[in-house]
Amino acid sequence: MRSFVRTHATEVSLLAVIVAISAVLSVSTANFFSLGNAFDLLNISSVNIIFAVGLLVVLIAGGIDISFAVAASVVQYGTAIALGWIGGGGWVSGLLIAGSLGILLGAINAFLIHRFRVISIVATISTFNIYFGLLMFFTKGVSIYDLPGWLTDRVILFEHEMADGTWIEITLPVLVMVLCVIATWVLITRTTTGRQLYAFGDNPEGARRFGINIGAMQFIAFGWLGLMAGIGGLIQAHYAQEVVPNALYGRELDVLAAVVLGGARLGGGKGSVLGCVLGVLLISITQNGLNLMGVSPFAFKMIVGAIILMAITLSNTRIERLLPFVSQKGAGR
Amino acid sequence: MRKGVFGFPPASRSNLTRFMGRHMHQLATAGGSEKPLLALRDINMTFGGVRALKNVSFDVRPGEVHCLAGENGCGKSTLIKIITGVYRPADGASIEYDGESYSHMSPVTAQDRGIQVIWQDLALFPEMSVAENIAFQTVLGRWPKLVDYNRMRQIAKDALARLGVTLDVDLPLKEYAIAQRQIVAIARALVGEAKLVFMDEPTASLTQSETDHLLDIVRGLSASGVAVVFVSHRLAEVLEISSRITVLRDGALVGVYPAAGMTQSRITELMTGKTFDQQVRAKSRDGQPVVLDVKGLSRPSQFEDVSLTVRRGETLGITGLLGAGRTELALTLFGMLKPASGTISLEGKPVHFSSNRDAIRAGVAYLSEDRLSLGLIQPQSIADNLVISSLDKVLSGGLLSEERKRSLVARWIGDLGVKIGLQQDAISTLSGGNQQRVAIAKWLATDPKLLILDAPTVGVDVGARAGIFDIVARLAESGLAIILISDEVPEVYFNADRVLHMAQGRIVGSYDPRTSSLADIEGAVYA
Repeated sequence: MRSFVRTHATEVSLLAVIVAISAVLSVSTANFFSLGNAFDLLNISSVNIIFAVGLLVVLIAGGIDISFAVAASVVQYGTAIALGWIGGGGWVSGLLIAGSLGILLGAINAFLIHRFRVISIVATISTFNIYFGLLMFFTKGVSIYDLPGWLTDRVILFEHEMADGTWIEITLPVLVMVLCVIATWVLITRTTTGRQLYAFGDNPEGARRFGINIGAMQFIAFGWLGLMAGIGGLIQAHYAQEVVPNALYGRELDVLAAVVLGGARLGGGKGSVLGCVLGVLLISITQNGLNLMGVSPFAFKMIVGAIILMAITLSNTRIERLLPFVSQKGAGR
Repeated sequence: MRKGVFGFPPASRSNLTRFMGRHMHQLATAGGSEKPLLALRDINMTFGGVRALKNVSFDVRPGEVHCLAGENGCGKSTLIKIITGVYRPADGASIEYDGESYSHMSPVTAQDRGIQVIWQDLALFPEMSVAENIAFQTVLGRWPKLVDYNRMRQIAKDALARLGVTLDVDLPLKEYAIAQRQIVAIARALVGEAKLVFMDEPTASLTQSETDHLLDIVRGLSASGVAVVFVSHRLAEVLEISSRITVLRDGALVGVYPAAGMTQSRITELMTGKTFDQQVRAKSRDGQPVVLDVKGLSRPSQFEDVSLTVRRGETLGITGLLGAGRTELALTLFGMLKPASGTISLEGKPVHFSSNRDAIRAGVAYLSEDRLSLGLIQPQSIADNLVISSLDKVLSGGLLSEERKRSLVARWIGDLGVKIGLQQDAISTLSGGNQQRVAIAKWLATDPKLLILDAPTVGVDVGARAGIFDIVARLAESGLAIILISDEVPEVYFNADRVLHMAQGRIVGSYDPRTSSLADIEGAVYA
């Protein structure tokens, strides 16, 4: 347990912050501490968690991606059009089309970064503008509301009425999110490819000397994020029941903040799926709590920003001072 | 120096005497006719018109410890990269390894056939666990497989056990200090059934006792039949550990020599083609006014009750093992750490620095021990690096004056004999010795009274070291008070007027090089 605390200091401190905020909200609001609200939170956070685990893989490999959220919007439009061509389709064909389109857009980033040695933040700021520009140009900013019926119908996988009359529901987005989280966890912790991604992010030159295929690493990382962006885009369209070209614009920074909050390092080699999920949840819980407390939505961004700052300051070096037992160094020292 | 101009051109080094060309291709025959594990013939390598290697031959026998010696840029690393398949030599090369012939190696073949390299930068993964670092080969491969963490742990434990070391294999590597990381790198090399291990400067950042441990490990490897090619700047350990020494100079083979009967000065001569007569430079400076007077300086758990004086023109050497508190003391004198008790006086006036800006203004300069990451800003130009601590001197009407900067830089480059192309070239294009000269010039430009040099020759060649100490001696002659910190006792012995020995935060001995022998001081320090 102690070694878990030491090697997972970020996750533990995030969990502590989440527990503390939840405790405050349970006392100060009537509805926060209920299973119904907890499941609501999961439903609301699903898309961001899907994006976040994708972005995590890119951060671990030492890159960064600003373009994935608008790429997801491009995927929404592309998928909607493609589904029209094939006469409606269904969840399987929808996910396949969205996932493939996402991978394609991610591969464009990887290609620019690997082939032309453009640093990832510059490459993806460029593709962010190109994707969004093309999207606004071709759609003229028009939203799509006549989506296929299967896509807009809510899919409730499990529901149960609680004694107090509230409903707990597990919807399709949650299931997809859980599958994406598990798949990403397996990729980065249980496969050799995942460990190569960590090694590449941690020490690119060292990885190169081991003969790790650097190009493949870039394509896998950005391709995985593209896949998650595609799936997340489709799920967001399902959740919102419409496709709006600028609906996801700006989401990239929220997700990036959550992932970094979860302990991923800009610069590579560090980050966990658990931390990533907790990072997104912390932000969702805060927004949800502010909502329940009746705080003006205009104040959300400010408060969320402050919480991110506090949590990141805590989870860096300070944790070792706050919890002295954590800071005992390795046995060899 | 504000007072002095150096009286002689930098190129005229008194200790540069003769060129040792006659030693070319003097092949040793020690050890008889045992079949070599590795035999290289006719190795040529050209980079953009520059011949990095010229007809080099190189042999390694099974299980021997073989030292590859030469100054930076002599072709050692190029040779290692050819043997390990990173570079492909020019046509006509022959590589025979373990009974097979190759025209060139590939990294995969080299690893499969048991050739391992421990790079100077170790090429480790600090965020990953010790086990993963050691058993990293198990996660290689083109197609994804499931990771077997238990197998990794077992491999790592076995490899560490072979070295007689216990580490917690589940901890991230970053939790361990550099000496343990070095051991992890060696353990990793052993995993692949190594027959031939290259170690590039393995002791560069180790203390003496850590180095001794490492040398024991190397002896153990050799005894178990693994051949080790050892590259090191520290000639004492080269002589101690190796059976044969191959010397390269300017990309050409100078010769192969048995270690028995070799001396450090002989190797230095062979490496540089020059002779260096090391003489004690110490002089008495008792008549000079005191520049720095430190009384009873303490910082809990770092140093205790340190008292010392440095006079005008005096070079005070401070030696001791890593962790003795030398650098912390230096940082305190430079205002970056605050003493808990004690006083610091500069030219008779007590000073209390609240930051190193105060110290710089009062005339203290500190050349950091870690030049590469702390002392110089690598991607920036030589000129910008040189003026960074003295920007106020290159202002004209409140703005930076390119003209003033250029003339200030030209003056110091000339004074210290730095070999550069253009002032605008990045500092990273210079050799270690020349970078160090720029770093010294940077501080001299602030007009210091006291110059603290912390490990000024780390990463600097033998030949260039002498040049640095010539500069130090000239600076002292011109009236600067100098503190020279080094964990290499001979450096302070030959170059300082007085030597203080620091151990566990205390000054435990004071020596005058004119009346003490090097062996006395080394005996005390390495005891």
